[in-house]
Amino acid sequence: MDDIAITASGLAKKYRIGLRRDPYGRLTESLWNVLTSPLRRRSGEVREDDFWALRDVSFEAPRGSVVGVIGRNGAGKSTLLKILSRITEPTLGRAELHGRVGSLLEVGTGFHQELTGRDNIFLSGAILGMKRAEILRKFDEIVAFADIGQFLDTPVKRYSSGMKVRLGFAVAAFLEPEILFIDEVLAVGDAEFQKKCLGKMSEIGEGGRTVIFVSHSMPAILRLCDRAILLDHGRVVVDGPTHEAVRRYLESGPGRTSSREWTDEATAPGDEVARLKSVRVVPGGGGPAEEIDIRRAVDIEVEYWTRAPGDLRPSVNLHFYNDEGVCLFINNDWMDRRWWSASRRPGVVRAVCHIPGNFLAEGRVIVTSVVSTYNPTIVHAIEREAVAFVVVDRSEGDGVRGVYANEFPGVVRPMLDWHVEQVSEGAASRS
Amino acid sequence: MELSQKRTPESASGAWNRQVVVIEPHRGWRELGLGEIWAHRELLCVFAWRDLKVRYKQTAFGAAWAVLQPVLLMLVFSASLGRLPGVGPAGLPYPLFVFAGLVPWTLFASSLAGASNSLVSGEAIITKVYFPRLLLPFASVGSFLLDFVISLAALAVVMLYFGAAPSAAIVWLPLLTLMAVVTALAVGTFLAAVNVRYRDVKYVVPFLVQVWMFASPVVYTSTLIPSRWHALYALNPMTGVVDGFRWALVGGPRPDDLIFVSAVVSVLLLLGSLIYFRRVERTFADVI
Repeated sequence: MDDIAITASGLAKKYRIGLRRDPYGRLTESLWNVLTSPLRRRSGEVREDDFWALRDVSFEAPRGSVVGVIGRNGAGKSTLLKILSRITEPTLGRAELHGRVGSLLEVGTGFHQELTGRDNIFLSGAILGMKRAEILRKFDEIVAFADIGQFLDTPVKRYSSGMKVRLGFAVAAFLEPEILFIDEVLAVGDAEFQKKCLGKMSEIGEGGRTVIFVSHSMPAILRLCDRAILLDHGRVVVDGPTHEAVRRYLESGPGRTSSREWTDEATAPGDEVARLKSVRVVPGGGGPAEEIDIRRAVDIEVEYWTRAPGDLRPSVNLHFYNDEGVCLFINNDWMDRRWWSASRRPGVVRAVCHIPGNFLAEGRVIVTSVVSTYNPTIVHAIEREAVAFVVVDRSEGDGVRGVYANEFPGVVRPMLDWHVEQVSEGAASRS
Repeated sequence: MELSQKRTPESASGAWNRQVVVIEPHRGWRELGLGEIWAHRELLCVFAWRDLKVRYKQTAFGAAWAVLQPVLLMLVFSASLGRLPGVGPAGLPYPLFVFAGLVPWTLFASSLAGASNSLVSGEAIITKVYFPRLLLPFASVGSFLLDFVISLAALAVVMLYFGAAPSAAIVWLPLLTLMAVVTALAVGTFLAAVNVRYRDVKYVVPFLVQVWMFASPVVYTSTLIPSRWHALYALNPMTGVVDGFRWALVGGPRPDDLIFVSAVVSVLLLLGSLIYFRRVERTFADVI
């Protein structure tokens, strides 16, 4: 067992839906239940309102491996992490962890708003499992990593959200567990700091630590993990090479539609600054939106509600991925200079990104749609894999591939300008 | 992370294995897990330090509240109940009498209220990280010990004012304090666990504390209770604690039997409460 860090066999977790809907039970209610049907709870019958968040999950993680866990919302990823980090108990099954465990399910675990940055480093560090001596030893490094210098003795409630995230991650980054569970902590914070964190996490993997990493970011999963587990409705669908799991993930689920619309502003993805209203694939020259001729242009049209207060300048950016989860490119609406400098008013904004024909490669293209503001970078609305379409190459000598009919590699297939000319004439000589 | 020492099936003979954590469903009763609390004693202190620091953050008087609360109550009771004949014992100034009772009572009452609220207000960490859940009510009670020490100093001043000197019985003070703490832990831990599922506790606690105060000899002397009720009266552990405190500090009758019964009852209460806590603990993160 020396080389196995984590063994899980048959893990399952059942929630009672009734319980989930009304978690704050009242005494009278349960007393009434006991009086009316004293035997019901113990009878062990299968109830219709049982909800299995996780079913029969088994896997092993060798020491030093970095395993990604992916899946749609509600697939059971967080439940699995909560069981492994002992926050909640499984209903069935068993797991063994060999080594010191640390879990990072949230940035800034245990932070108290009223306390200063300095106090919170000690508080959060202790809650995450560090000894006081250990925190003292690493204190300066933590402060330097968080880059909060002069605000060290300011209550955290006066920090900007970016500073809170930096401080929270800095404490966690200096944990030294042998097994580490990380849940989507990179979804917050500004882009530059995310890069720093990813770098720090790669170090963790190289340090011989075993990491279980839950994320929606396929590029991060692809970059960091040796192996990935794809969960769907609480079951393990794929447990294998990362690219295989990522491919299956992207093939499944809502990433197949070419048009998304949210009718209710209150529940649409987003926050008080911006909420997504619709994301659509609009083929240039008509035709089905799901299938785009490689030679034709295609527009991605995003509409969002904004209540942009003051000088905030919400901006749409689109992330294009292929089937393997590789990010093809990212583009941002500041390409429209006129809009970028225009003053913003509350209401609905439509942003259209025009992708020329003869630019994308064949295959599925999956688009993540984001509305954010910059300096500091804050993501207000994000819909991952919002829309997708398939690019098909039906060119007959007029496309990038010309008359070449075989496998044509490359993540994009741009039609670039070439200039070719003859520089001399005459029979080819071997001189 | 400091790991608990869990028994693995291979080591079921009783040997401890530090390295392995076994995760599996638990049913029914569990061991109290006090070893795990001891292993996490540093975190226990950090939680207590946090509670203390947060409590007096952004208050103008800060820790002076630890003194002001019992002092104000003393003034109120002296001005009202204290004017009635026979409420306090003969030969002891009523303000001194009531203050000596209010000091241990305040420790008990605030610890009880703090502990019963500790899990619910710690929801954010309970759902995000593992640690023995018992640390939260324990730390909450611990954080009130400093308040208690400050109010003891205030009591010394009041005693000086009335020219009362403690007898040799003062050596019993730590034990009596421990009894108050054990009782507060017992009731507070139980209510904290119930509070996770039933927020009714929030409304029950203030009422409970008030009724309990009048069921204990805090503002009146226990000799007022008819002797046929004494056996029942002694079942309230705070009776022994409060009477014992007065006896140890300002003199009076020695409440031997009361203290003994109170000590036994408080320990039994704590045991029952811990057993209940451990039984329902596994569902905390799901229902909180």
